[in-house]
Amino acid sequence: MYRYDEFDERFVRERVAQFTDQVTRRLDGSLTEDEFKPLRLKNGVYLQLHAYMLRIAIPYGTLNSRQLRQLALIGEKYDRGYGHFTTRQNLQFNWPKLRDVPEILGLLADVEMHCIQTSGNCIRNVTADHFAGVAQEEIEDPRPTAELIRQWSSAHPEFSYLPRKFKIAVTGAEADRAVIKAHDIGLRLRRHPDTHETCYEVSVGGGLGRTPMIGKVVRDYLPKKDLLAYLEAIMRVYNLEGRRDNKYKARVKILVHEIGAEEFTRRVEAEFAQLDGPSINADPEEVARIAAYFAPPRYETLPAISNTLEAARATNPAFARWVEVNTAPHKAPGYTALTVSLKPIGQAPGDATSAQMRLVADLAERYSFDELRVTHAQNLVLPHVRQRDLFAIWQKLGEAGLASANIGLVTDIISCPGLDYCALATARSIPIAQAIQQRFADEARQREIGPLGIKISGCINACGHHHVGHIGILGLEKRGIESYQITLGGDATENAAIGEILGPGLTAEEVPDAVERIVAVYLTERSEAESFIDTIRRIGLGPFKAAFQEVTRAAA
Amino acid sequence: MATAAKRVPLPAILLANDLLDGDVVFATADGTGALAWTRDPAPALVANDDAAAEKLEAFAAAELSGNKVVDAYLVDVAIESGSPVPRHFRERFKTLGPSNRPDLGKQAGEGIAATPKG
Repeated sequence: MYRYDEFDERFVRERVAQFTDQVTRRLDGSLTEDEFKPLRLKNGVYLQLHAYMLRIAIPYGTLNSRQLRQLALIGEKYDRGYGHFTTRQNLQFNWPKLRDVPEILGLLADVEMHCIQTSGNCIRNVTADHFAGVAQEEIEDPRPTAELIRQWSSAHPEFSYLPRKFKIAVTGAEADRAVIKAHDIGLRLRRHPDTHETCYEVSVGGGLGRTPMIGKVVRDYLPKKDLLAYLEAIMRVYNLEGRRDNKYKARVKILVHEIGAEEFTRRVEAEFAQLDGPSINADPEEVARIAAYFAPPRYETLPAISNTLEAARATNPAFARWVEVNTAPHKAPGYTALTVSLKPIGQAPGDATSAQMRLVADLAERYSFDELRVTHAQNLVLPHVRQRDLFAIWQKLGEAGLASANIGLVTDIISCPGLDYCALATARSIPIAQAIQQRFADEARQREIGPLGIKISGCINACGHHHVGHIGILGLEKRGIESYQITLGGDATENAAIGEILGPGLTAEEVPDAVERIVAVYLTERSEAESFIDTIRRIGLGPFKAAFQEVTRAAA
Repeated sequence: MATAAKRVPLPAILLANDLLDGDVVFATADGTGALAWTRDPAPALVANDDAAAEKLEAFAAAELSGNKVVDAYLVDVAIESGSPVPRHFRERFKTLGPSNRPDLGKQAGEGIAATPKG
């Protein structure tokens, strides 16, 4: 993985020193809150309901064991012994004290981490496919691209005060695990059909929140070497023409929508044509230097199927189920990409204790070439595990309560922190996730239902990606109580779609019943091994709406 | 023409976050009757009339500019068993802590001195 060079190191250390001074000046009264707020936000410090919150960037979700151990230490020493992995592959601490933040930033810098680009109207921490570099169907590892964008965008003077925040995601695979169509810019590495050269498909104007939009493709095949100049052209069009008069209309998706994808593309291409590409695009040597950090580890030569694994599966059904649900095919024979579920039944999705972080860090060091990933679905990945080691890993995870076999299933719920922590939330999310998990706790039943993504947001800003959940749940306030709006048919993959609202809002207590009825319709209607989302696509929302109305009628 | 800032219905209490720690704090009257901050919502001073609310607002303004607290605002309350309880669920959570973690926050007694039982 990427290691800081002297410039990265100096940049991060300087930022720690600057913020330390800013905190001192805030505490001695030299800076007012109005002056200080934009400064703290540039360093990931938010004020939530009960305390400050510190959001730590995990670039493209890649971590090593030393970094995860440092996060565990920070959680223990300066927080309440746990952290929350987010839908942007970051980590949030919920209880840091402002006076401690400079020290925490110093500890982060010690392990090449920081909180830059986790807030504010800048290009945010770039996200990527959590199976980057290991997915079998991958064309190219997206992380060198993500790292290049990180370096280009960090403190970029022209793009540090954009009309609004700006999120970029990259995938190098056919299957989209990075929700690129719901980002301001989504990049997909693909091969040109004629030249077979690796290019980018560039989508712009995706996003969730108040006005959900699926990104529009503005370039089918952008040569790799032109990436930064093309991004710069997009950013310039947005920076000049994006609306600064209305916060709710300031994202690039609104600009793309208002002038149309065709006109937006025309303006970008015009800007791109007049930019001096060679002066903007990265030096090929630098690109190669970055890419070298992401070279695959030295895999052992192993048989494609491990006999040790097969023997353990044959004698231990619980282990066999976990392997079936939580592992993904790996490029290297005899290896697998293992997802560690942070969704044990009844826990806050994405929360991990310091002890759990240390355990996973130990496992990564011993069994996964010291590498870890954070997924946007709020789980962790050990990307390079020998199949024959799975049983030992499973046993150790089990001792820490981390052996849930539910990846991609109904209890693998994405949930924002909601009104249990967040100052922007209009309703709680976590207890809704917990109630649904309890309802569907039976593992056999979860597998019977198959892949089903429930995503919950506690406000319209949609950090919980509810619009692209197969079942989406949005918490709002209605007449002084929490009310939950259910959407159906959203899709976060390469077939990205925004879900449709099923009916009137429900009380918190009614939500598990509603989910249950939706699932019952699916189980009745599905043909053979048809998945939940495929069934919705085939039969439409009608039967689900009818079942949903029974819930609202029963409640009336 | 200047219009008075819209105020929440009374009775109301004043809450804020401590600048240094971020903890939720409540305005209370100390032994001498002067206003001070407490981390315990129970002794929060309840403003029942405009004069009392104005006093809380003046305290909020002074403490914000004095860099003691951030995000100070009045919250309308009901009196339940003699203690003020915010009417809105959002502010109620601020007096308690995360509902999924009863072991954390004010609901777990954090920052609240044990009251003698009698």
